[in-house]
Formats: sequence, C-alpha cells, structure tokens
Amino acid sequence: MTFASLKQKDTYKRLGAELRYSLYCIFHPADGFWCLTRENKASVASANIMLALYAIIEVLRLTLTKFHVLREYVNVEYFNALYAIGSIILPIVLWSVANWSFTTLMNGKGRLSDVYIATVYAFTPAIICNAAGIVISQFISYDERALYQTMLVISMIWSVMLVLVAMMQIHDYTMLKAVGSSILSIFGIGFMLFIFMLFFSLISDSVMYFISLVREITFRLY
Amino acid sequence: MKIKFIVILMLIFAFLTALPVSAIGTDTGAGPSNYTYNYTFWGEEVAMPDPYYVSAQLTGNDFGIGNFLNPQGLYIRGNRIYVCDTDNNRIVLLEYDESADSYSLVKVVEYVVINGQPSPLNKPHDLFENRNGEIFIADTDNNRVLRLDRDWNYINSIIKPEDKSYDQSIDFLPMKLVVDHSNRVFIQARHINKGLMEYNIDGTFNGFMGASQVQVSLYDYFWKMISTAAQRSQMELFVPTEYNNVALDHEGFVYATLSTFTGNPFEADPIRRLNAVGTDILIRNGMFGLAEPAGDWFWGNLGGVSGPSRFVDVVTFENDGYICLDRNRGRLFAYDFQGNMLYVFGGRGNMEGRFQDPIAIDRMGTSLFVLDARTAVVTRFNLTQYGSYIDQAINYYYAGRYDESAAMWDEVLKLNGNYELAYIGKGRAALRNEQYRDAMKYYEAKHDRESYGKAFQLYRKEWIEANITTIVVILISLWVVTRALRILFKFRKRRKGGA
Repeated sequence: MTFASLKQKDTYKRLGAELRYSLYCIFHPADGFWCLTRENKASVASANIMLALYAIIEVLRLTLTKFHVLREYVNVEYFNALYAIGSIILPIVLWSVANWSFTTLMNGKGRLSDVYIATVYAFTPAIICNAAGIVISQFISYDERALYQTMLVISMIWSVMLVLVAMMQIHDYTMLKAVGSSILSIFGIGFMLFIFMLFFSLISDSVMYFISLVREITFRLY
Repeated sequence: MKIKFIVILMLIFAFLTALPVSAIGTDTGAGPSNYTYNYTFWGEEVAMPDPYYVSAQLTGNDFGIGNFLNPQGLYIRGNRIYVCDTDNNRIVLLEYDESADSYSLVKVVEYVVINGQPSPLNKPHDLFENRNGEIFIADTDNNRVLRLDRDWNYINSIIKPEDKSYDQSIDFLPMKLVVDHSNRVFIQARHINKGLMEYNIDGTFNGFMGASQVQVSLYDYFWKMISTAAQRSQMELFVPTEYNNVALDHEGFVYATLSTFTGNPFEADPIRRLNAVGTDILIRNGMFGLAEPAGDWFWGNLGGVSGPSRFVDVVTFENDGYICLDRNRGRLFAYDFQGNMLYVFGGRGNMEGRFQDPIAIDRMGTSLFVLDARTAVVTRFNLTQYGSYIDQAINYYYAGRYDESAAMWDEVLKLNGNYELAYIGKGRAALRNEQYRDAMKYYEAKHDRESYGKAFQLYRKEWIEANITTIVVILISLWVVTRALRILFKFRKRRKGGA
C-alpha cells in the first residue's frame, strides 16, 4: 500500500471488507483462518488497524468503565495510557515473532505477517466484548458485576481458542502440533524478554559509566 | 546496509530508555515526614492536621519525690492518675484538678500492711481499680496480685494457682491485669501462653481464657512429619503467642494486644477484643486482604527501627474506638469502632509529643496520657479543634444521628479536604436522605465499591421510575423508524431489480 492509494476509494472499500472479515473469522474459525491469508481476505494494514483499535479500547476500558465493576484497581491519578497500550501491543508482537521463529523450524507454512494478522484477528471477540463492557458497566451495580466480569472472561477464553485454531490453520498443523508450538512460543517470549532485559541493563550500565565520567570531570574542573 | 541502520536505531532507542534509569533512586525511602498522617485507599501516606496536642508533661521531680525509674504501668480512673514506678518499687497516685488545671501528689505507696506487718512492693507493673473502688496491684516480683480496698487496706492476694493446668515450674509473674464488671480478674502473666489467667476476686483460679490459635502451615507440618525426634527438638516450637497487655472497655470486654508474632502482622491480629469465652470479636475492616487494625502498612528501615508496629497497650473509648500504642516507632494508632484507621501520630525522638520507649497509655475523658519508660515522663495529649470534630462525628454516627454526624464531617473537611473517612460519613448521610447522586460522588472519592454500588442501584431505580415514559417512547419510535426504513429499503431494491 502506497500513499497514493490513500486517495482512491477502492482502498477503503477493500479495508472495510477486510475488517468485516474478522466477524466471519470468529464464528467460522477453521474456514476463516484458512482463507485469511491464502485468499488475501485480510492484510497487514487491516491487522494494524485492529490492533490499534484493541489498544485504544483497552485504554478506554481502564478509564471509562465504572470503577465498582472493574476488576482492576485503577488510580486515575497515576494512570499511564502508554502502559495500557504496551500491555496489548507488546505481547502480540512478541508472540508473532516467537511463534514464527519456532514454526519456521517446524514446517510451518505461515510467514511472519500471516502469524501477525491471524493473531490480531483472533482477538476480535476480546475487542468487541471490551467495548461492550464499557457501555454495560454504566448501567450495572456492584451486585451485578459478575455479569460484566464473566463476559470478559468468556471473551478471553474464546480469543485464546481462536489463536490456537488460527495457528493450526495458518501453519497447516494438527491441533496437537499447534498447541505444542504455542507452548514453545510462550517460552520463546520469555527468552526474548530476558535478552531484552540483559541488553537494556548493560546499555544503562555503560551509559551510567559515561555520566559518572562527565560528572567526575566537571567536579575536577570547578 | 539495512542491518546497520536497524542496529543504530536500536542503540539510540536503548540510549534513550536508559537515561531515566539513572534518575531513579532519588526516592527518600519509606516513612512519613509529618507528625500526623493517615493512609488513603491507594495506600499513600497523607499528612493531616494534628488531632492532639501536648498539654502537659509530668515527671516525678515535679512533685518532689524523685524521678520515676523505668515505670511500667499507668492507670487512670476519674481524675486520679496511678503510676507504677516499677524500679523504685512504689505506686504514685496523682490527682488532676480541673478548675485549676494543675496536678497534685496524693500519696506514694511503697508497702502494704498485711497482718500488722508492712510488706513492701517489689517491681509493681500494673494497677487496676474496679467499680467498687477496690485496687488491684500486679506486684510482679513478689509473685502476687494484691487486692486492697479504697483506703489501701489489704483484703487478700491472688497467687500462683495450684491447678493441674498450670505448670508449677513456672514462676507466677503477673504483668498486667483488668477486673471486669462481674469482678473476674484477668491477669496477663509472663511466660504464660495459654491466654489470660482468669481468677475470681477472692483469689480462686478459674482457668485460662482467650488463648490465641496456633497457625501451622502445611509446609511446616510436612517437614515436622518427616524429621526425626532429634531434629524436631531443634526446630521452632509451634506455641501460641503471649499477650503483652490487657485493657477493659466500657462494656466490660477485654482488649488484648500481642507483639511477639513473626511474619505478617495483618494475619497475626495484634489487637483483639475478647468476649466472656475468649473469642475475638473485634470488627476488622481490611482492604486488599490487609486485616486492619495492625499498625503501619509500610515499614521503613530508618534510625535502627525496622519491622512492623508492635502494640504494647491500648485504650478504649465510649464510642468503641480505640488507640493502640506502638512501642517500635512510638506512634499512636487511632481506630474507630469499625476498624478504620482515623489517624496516626507520635514517633521516636526527644521532642515534645515524641517518645523514647512508650510503654503504657490511658485516658481521662478525651485526653490521652502516655507513659514513657525510659524518659520516665507522663505526657498528656488534649484534643485539638480538628480532633474534636472527628471525635464528635464518630460519636454521632455511633449514636445513629447521621445528619449531625455529616454536619461534623463537613467541619472536618473544611480543615482537611483529604480526609477520606469524612467522605464516607457524608456519603452515608446522603444515602439515608435519598440524595443518591451525592452519595455516589462521596463514595467515589474513597473508592468504596460496595457502597457506591448500593447508591448507584438506588439512583438507577429512581432514574428509571422518573423517566419510564421517555424510555418507552424512544424505544417505540426507534422500532417504528427501523421498520419503516427496512420497508423503504426493500421497496427501492425491488424497483431497482425490476428495472
């Protein structure tokens, strides 16, 4: 997709169709995820839009939901929207990379972009239920909060199952192999985080070295 | 080329994220800087105006009897102040004259006359005066509790019980005692962990009362099970913790404190209210699983002081509130009858209103008297205007006069807008007056989910009842419009298809 295509009406029509396809996917996962990338039913662009939507709705969920039904304790004074956005985007990106890294070694058919698109599309129930939950929370009392919380839990279970089916279809795996590769991917995420931590702590140590060096010099000069 | 670019980008990113890391670590550490504070719902320490001020400090020298030496006990009845001057082996009785605002020495008791023979006191630790004016002295190192009539004449004494439930090898060292309204004597004795010793007033032993439950975790139990007898004897024993002080409230219930717990104070229940059979009936009000009251939520490690608050004494009020004395940091923790923390004040130090080794607390009306064992000073605290507003607001609430209570909370809020309990009080009054919208606002300020939900439910009911016609009209019109649109749409489609 180039910038020139942004001016054409067709682009938006196709994007709309791609986004609408997510609704087909969540009710017909086997068929939906098989055709998702093989028949170009969705693109990275539409997945990006979905992911942004998910992140925005997560922020809205934490800020706009009535506090007495929300499971988390959110102190608005110290609320950080970037953390909320990161808590959505980071796991999905890490998952895509980790899963792709393992499945390329395990005869997986999917490319990195396929894994990414399928994962984001699998979280459609979570997006819809979170959005619906914000509205519902405005009308329910403390005693009825179980209704709201059950809805969110069901949407999460649904999404996780969709992720498994998506991985199965994208990589042309059996269910057992999909579950196995998913477990491996989770370990992969942990490993990647460990490497990141190591990297950043080493960098910050070396930065601190130069900072203290500069400080020492300025002390000597004054 | 591309890889090089990515590496450079990553390095720049890492550099930027690493910068704030050097800025972390400027936090000054735990511990509030203010004299009086409280915790918010979010667990932040919030400074607040002082509810008490120091109005007098009494030492032995003020009365020409030489300074107290390691005094351990303080008891107040009416305007009489009894100080157990432990290491001087004497009891000092002072009297407060309200009209002149002065204190006078009434008597110094160093011995009692038993059968015509003077019997000197030996390290008395506590004293209690019952409703008939009889005086009970825990004469610790003489292994007895003396019962005297109101003129200090000896009646009888309470000694080590000859009972099978009492291990005869243990010396009877009575430390603290109370006598309840039906004249049962409860004694907390050193090295006794079966609870409080219960005697009749004439000295017959009734048994033990209110032993604390032993908590054994599955982990400990497992290790104990697989270890040998020799190993087991080396292990820590699972024994109930000893109480360290007792107090009586206006209804005749016994308050007991304990401070020798290990681990989480919020699970140890360091302050208890015991009924006649020794069951703990204190109302606790914990959030996030913290069973208040247990003192400080966060323990800094400053000035050689660390670990949780260690309560050594408690004083109760007519509204079932109580103030606990923390020996560890020299602080006083005030709680209302529902276990909400009202305020915390005091501290370690040499200044007025701070303590070196606070050991006992009692009250005269609303004034507090705190005894410091090391400096041997009795400090008197009086309520400030702010403190009396809080006190009255709780008194009104306790009496069920919610509107007066809310008016008092208003006064509190004028002086301290950060006081969360005031919002709860105002919310409660608003809820009773059917001002649900206001109640919701107040409850939201304290993040009280359950009460907010209650107010919200009532507000929702009221709102639906008021707007039912509008809702029905909107729903019907919506239905009609969608219906009409659909018919229109179908009609146009058919025409298009037909053409």
